Amino acid sequence: MDITQYKDVYVYIEQRGSRVQSVALELLGKARELADTLGEKVVAVFPGYHISDQATNLFSWGADKVLCIDAPELENYLTEPYAQAVFKVITTYKPSVFLIGATTIGRDLGPRLSARLETGLTADCTKLDISEDKQLLMTRPAFGGNLMATIMCTQRRPQMSTVRPGVMKKMIKDQTRKGEVEFVDIQFDNKKIERVCLVETHKIDKGLKDISEARILVSGGRGIGNKENFEKLQSLAAVLNNAEVSSSRAMVDAGVMTHDRQVGQTGKTVRPDVYFALGISGAIQHLAGMEESEFIIAVNKDKYAPIFQVADLGIVGDANKIVPLLTERLENELKK
Amino acid sequence: MKIIVCIKQVPDTTEIKIDPVTGTLIREGVPSIMNPDDKGGLELALRLKDEFGAHITVITMGPPQAEAILREAYAMGADRAILLTDRKFAGADTLATSHALSGALRTLEYDLIIAGRQAIDGDTAQVGPQIAEHLDLPQVSYVEEVQYKAGDPFLRVRKQTEEGYQILRVALPCMLTVLASANKARYMRVRGIVEAYGREMEIWSADKIDVDESKLGLKGSPTWVNKAFTRGVKPAGTVHELTSEEAVDLIVGKLKEKFII
Amino acid sequence: MDFGLNKTEELFRQMICEFATREVKPLAAEIDEEERFPEETVKKMAETGLMGISVPVAYGGAGGSHLMYIMAVEELSRVCGTTGVILSAHTSLCVEPILQFGNETQKMKYLPKLASGEWLGAFGLTEPNAGTDAAGQQTYAVENGDSWLLNGTKIFITNANYSDVFIIMAMTDKSQGTRGISAFIVEAGTPGFSIGKKEKKMGIRGSATAELIFENCRIPKENLLGKLGAGFKIAMITLDGGRIGIASQALGIAQGAMDETIRYTQERKQFGKPISAFQNTQFQMAGLETKVQAARLLVYSASVKKGLGLPYAKDAAMAKLFASETAMEVTTKAVQFHGGYGYTREYPVERMMRDAKITEIYEGTSEVQKMVIAASLFPKK
Repeated sequence: MDITQYKDVYVYIEQRGSRVQSVALELLGKARELADTLGEKVVAVFPGYHISDQATNLFSWGADKVLCIDAPELENYLTEPYAQAVFKVITTYKPSVFLIGATTIGRDLGPRLSARLETGLTADCTKLDISEDKQLLMTRPAFGGNLMATIMCTQRRPQMSTVRPGVMKKMIKDQTRKGEVEFVDIQFDNKKIERVCLVETHKIDKGLKDISEARILVSGGRGIGNKENFEKLQSLAAVLNNAEVSSSRAMVDAGVMTHDRQVGQTGKTVRPDVYFALGISGAIQHLAGMEESEFIIAVNKDKYAPIFQVADLGIVGDANKIVPLLTERLENELKK
Repeated sequence: MKIIVCIKQVPDTTEIKIDPVTGTLIREGVPSIMNPDDKGGLELALRLKDEFGAHITVITMGPPQAEAILREAYAMGADRAILLTDRKFAGADTLATSHALSGALRTLEYDLIIAGRQAIDGDTAQVGPQIAEHLDLPQVSYVEEVQYKAGDPFLRVRKQTEEGYQILRVALPCMLTVLASANKARYMRVRGIVEAYGREMEIWSADKIDVDESKLGLKGSPTWVNKAFTRGVKPAGTVHELTSEEAVDLIVGKLKEKFII
Repeated sequence: MDFGLNKTEELFRQMICEFATREVKPLAAEIDEEERFPEETVKKMAETGLMGISVPVAYGGAGGSHLMYIMAVEELSRVCGTTGVILSAHTSLCVEPILQFGNETQKMKYLPKLASGEWLGAFGLTEPNAGTDAAGQQTYAVENGDSWLLNGTKIFITNANYSDVFIIMAMTDKSQGTRGISAFIVEAGTPGFSIGKKEKKMGIRGSATAELIFENCRIPKENLLGKLGAGFKIAMITLDGGRIGIASQALGIAQGAMDETIRYTQERKQFGKPISAFQNTQFQMAGLETKVQAARLLVYSASVKKGLGLPYAKDAAMAKLFASETAMEVTTKAVQFHGGYGYTREYPVERMMRDAKITEIYEGTSEVQKMVIAASLFPKK
């Protein structure tokens, strides 16, 4: 493999029901940075059906060029037709870097492609950089987040990486940017495609999920008091991505929360990326269940509350006042 | 039905701690377990066996100690166990691992291959789909449930998605990657435990499998670890006495800094 | 004697530890609080084969060792003393006497159902006036055609309300003294057999302890277990085995209290450091750890001897005496280390302390164990 033949940073544009997913725009933002460092282009690979009209939008998010594959075989995401389409693009255009969102789609397609291409794939990267000799540095967590590893793929191309939604930042939308849209025709191998077919798609309101799996926990204690105030916590969790509401034992005993929401020694042990301890004083049995959280934000009226000993960010104040304000601010932020 | 389940022995990452002084991983005393998603896959196979009758082969690639999870699989109800172990496999990334396993699978008969979605030590979710590609099998990942009617040449599979789930029809033979949350894996059966160590353990080296050796181990791995590091010890936090508005500014600022929003 | 566990036992330890942690521990406080028999747990135990660990495969069991059964009681008791004794009473006091003294017909009739857990077993010896002095049996059985008619009352019977099969001791010939006692297999639902009042206990509150009442209860002749007049001997041998089970229950409770205390003393800070950093904590805990391990060796030794068919009555008595007293000491100190929190039901150590006490009492009090041990030192000439 002559790796000098491969250039430019390609991004897989994930769409669902023809709606471009936010993670794709985030990756375009990152790809822009990488491509600028390399002095190369950002190319968006955009497969789907009836999606052509959206291709030009991708320029304002950082793409220099869009390779659009618009075909009825691509109406719904299925591994094989998508793999065939993207494989064709990669083997024809020879990208140096190929980025995919680490969604259930990206994590299905990515490894299938990497095997077909016989190249490396680094999953769930949290950081992407370019080394001095212009190689991609892919940093990802391992061992349940205990270890970070920087991975390289120096001998084969493309250098493939998946990145979780929410990790990279979109660039500020620039509608003055222009670029070229190219349509790619694919001859699908229908025999392979027919082996899997989509029967039904169901959307379910997952409602409450296991608190030990949430990335963000909005946790309330005695200081939150009643059910009404807990609903404010629900609203806060609702505006955050992958967030759930949990509580200390006091609120379970008071009947405000169910036991499966309880954090602590007699409840669940949690390790979210962010733990909001709202009106929780921080009794030892509560701390035992959450002190391993990545980032702890505590709000409590009592400045001597033990929760502040484990908090990364401590605010002395009334959680019941701060929470609605915070919810409102976040709603506005996310609309931007 | 002949089912093969690919399993992996992993350190129980929930038991791994960071040394607060040196900032390094404490691996000592961390138990090795059967990877949870793989156990979910084995349970799915066992349920098919309970209902329709099936022959279940479990296969793992790893050091000789990985035998322990194969014995565990026997105690849960597996029928045959294969341990792929050879220095030639060492240093494999996901692609090289998938080649080694595919090399072994090519020599076996199967209607269905099951793997866990991902392993808790790497969380890559790659080996299953990569095997499917090498063996030219259709794949369904993130599988929560399988329905089968005896004699059908296909499975109806429920796949988890971000929004809910999909029902897919997939032709046999195929590869499924399964979630631990798909089912509650059974405990080992006491009688199975009593008999587990008396049963045959097939130990296969690289010579025994059907694959080009250049695709194995370190030299077959396109990716390599340039550097590994722990995130170190957490610095002490700060406590602020602020108005509600100021507090909101500070929190939103931190959340942005952490890329939460 | 080597107690390095073999690989099978290691694998079993892994399974039972996982089962105890995931299925039993979450219910322990609740069943204690509600004094509720954990039927759902027993059902799950049955599915895995735990109700017939050491029963031969030919009788529907798992064909495991006695030590595996003992390890199961230990691990269950580590998180819940109630669940430990349910298994111990079922196995040691009902399954084992049928296995050891039953004829082939009885074994084929009862063991598969007991080993699969479809049926639960219990044992009835103690009476209001026959406790430690078990020879004073007042329950009696008289021959009546091709059956026995049973009359009397048994008390403090573990698993009573939920058992399907009972091993019952009754006087068949008062003139013969202990040699006039016989053992019977009695099935639940037999006319004339009813369950009396359920005890309200200090500990192991989820275990169903109740009275058995026999009023002209008619039992088929073939349900005589062992020979006529062999009942007292059967009871004593059964209790020898049962003691290893209770010793293991005590060991498990002690270990559970150690686990909780080790964790708590590292988390709890006073005077600016975790209380585990104080030498008083360290020295006391070191002493307790040594006792728990000594208890374990006594318990395993008795179990291995029983498994090998060697005499073990004295070993069982020593194991129970030492393990139960160790359990009482460890749990009492565990509560002390937990301070005020330890006295509340927020933490499990107060329950463990209540559960530990019974191990010094049932299946032979500590005093009875000393009588057994002393008897081996000073044999009757």
